[in-house]
Amino acid sequence: MNSFFNYFADIFSGVKSLLIGMSVTGKYFFSPGQIVTQQYPENRKTLKMYERFKGEVIMPHDANNHHRCTGCAICELNCPNGSIEIVSARIDGPDGKKVRVIDKHIYHLGMCTFCSLCVKTCPENALAFGQEFEHAVFDRSVLTKILNQPGSSIIKGTEE
Amino acid sequence: MKEVIHTPVPSVEEEEYHINMGPQHPSTHGVLRLVVSLQGEIVKNLKPHCGYIHRGMEKMCEKDTYPQIIHLTDRMDYLSAHINNHAVCLLVENALQIEVPERVKYIRTIMDELCRIQSHQLWWASFGMDLGGLTCFFYGLRDREKILDIWEETTGARFLQSYYTPGGLMWDIHPDFQKNVKAFIKYFRKKIRDYEKILSGNVIFTERSRNIGLMTKEEAISYGVTGPSGRGSGWSCDIRKHHPYALYDKVEFKEILYHEGDTLARYMVRMDEMYESMHIIEQLIDNIPEGDFSAKMKAVIKLPAGEYYQRVESARGDLGIYCISDGNKTPYRMKFRTPSFSNLSVLDHISRDLKIADLVAIGGSLDLVIPDIDR
Ligand code: SF4
Ligand code: SF4
Repeated sequence: MNSFFNYFADIFSGVKSLLIGMSVTGKYFFSPGQIVTQQYPENRKTLKMYERFKGEVIMPHDANNHHRCTGCAICELNCPNGSIEIVSARIDGPDGKKVRVIDKHIYHLGMCTFCSLCVKTCPENALAFGQEFEHAVFDRSVLTKILNQPGSSIIKGTEE
Repeated sequence: MKEVIHTPVPSVEEEEYHINMGPQHPSTHGVLRLVVSLQGEIVKNLKPHCGYIHRGMEKMCEKDTYPQIIHLTDRMDYLSAHINNHAVCLLVENALQIEVPERVKYIRTIMDELCRIQSHQLWWASFGMDLGGLTCFFYGLRDREKILDIWEETTGARFLQSYYTPGGLMWDIHPDFQKNVKAFIKYFRKKIRDYEKILSGNVIFTERSRNIGLMTKEEAISYGVTGPSGRGSGWSCDIRKHHPYALYDKVEFKEILYHEGDTLARYMVRMDEMYESMHIIEQLIDNIPEGDFSAKMKAVIKLPAGEYYQRVESARGDLGIYCISDGNKTPYRMKFRTPSFSNLSVLDHISRDLKIADLVAIGGSLDLVIPDIDR
């Protein structure tokens, strides 16, 4: 008799537990205000990333096409996977001495692991993180970028 | 005359056969291959095959400087990225006897606990899904998203943050950090009750997990099953209690122990740990002292020659880092004792003579992260 009673007690408690669970899902079903899904790519215009978001490494330039990079190659040294290559050149300085300037700051986005070491260790704060995140491309070579813009030069007063 | 040897041909019911579970099986959550010997539906034994995502991290560490190693450890147990970073940082700091600022200790402890909550949320989500509750997956990920947002705001990344550096932190916390964490705790204290309602009390779930995959305390110790999985068998193995680091000796929290040793017990440990983690964060979040976010470090970090070992409690158990330095800026040898690797070793033992569907439940309850196994 007792086992017969337990049998039905089990069924009832089981069904009750299922109903409790379903009350939770039902609650969400009838309150669409709690929807958290974002409609990407429809919301692309309004989508704003956090300001510290690490999308890619960039070299900010000012309005006169000046950057802060001296070509010291500290970022290249600190990069754990060789994503940065520095090609520097020597040009004649104003006082006749040769000075080192950056020729090409090559950045391989496809290899970068976003460890932040280059941005953090650059003595001139010449690097920063950009907000761009749509990096899918058909050709891998597109991911190799030259960060200093053509014709750019260093901000006066920063050079060594 | 040549003797003819008759080998008895077993009938279909008796015959053992092997199937591959993985490397692309949804319930292994990664590229783990289990070769399972079955008799009918009964698991006779199983052999894990590792290495599908082996990246040779220990070898890579030998050419990386200590700050560079940090970003590799993110990618071992990616759900405990902060905690893995913490282990390397503590190793370097203890070897050089650097005292990090109080502020750093507070932030690190809070981040570690957020990491633990987030890891357990994802585990809850996928565990529910393994056992047939797809709703769990959506709810778990929805709440985890809140933590990822908090991290993205402060560290710039959602998943692989590389936020700690030897001596401190990469950047200071975002001005909104404290506000958002408090809002999250308030939010999640409400939502975790839904978790309990949907899964913990559910009759199908409890029937499938109670007395399944029994592991005694002695077995847990001899296989080295640490973390919530070991604590579900009553083994008190929480590094935060036994070898406190950061602020764990200052905050008040309970080490969750269950003694049943079954899948349900391992589940309950993780559920209760989420409450404990929230409790730890609540004690710290209002008291973060002002100060530097990093100690002064030399540009090139060299450890004195010798051997070092550092343990932390990651979301999966005891993470140990063993390092031999020969005085250079790169380690001579680095060895990671990762919790998932040891936890995997017990899977064969506790799933024998159970149904193959139970194997999915047991595997889920051990909370394996495959890159953590393979490094
Ligand atoms: S970006 Fe900074 S670290 Fe790199 S070469 Fe230029 S100045 Fe040096
Ligand atoms: S973020 Fe790290 S991996 Fe990427 S370029 Fe900078 S140093 Fe290299």
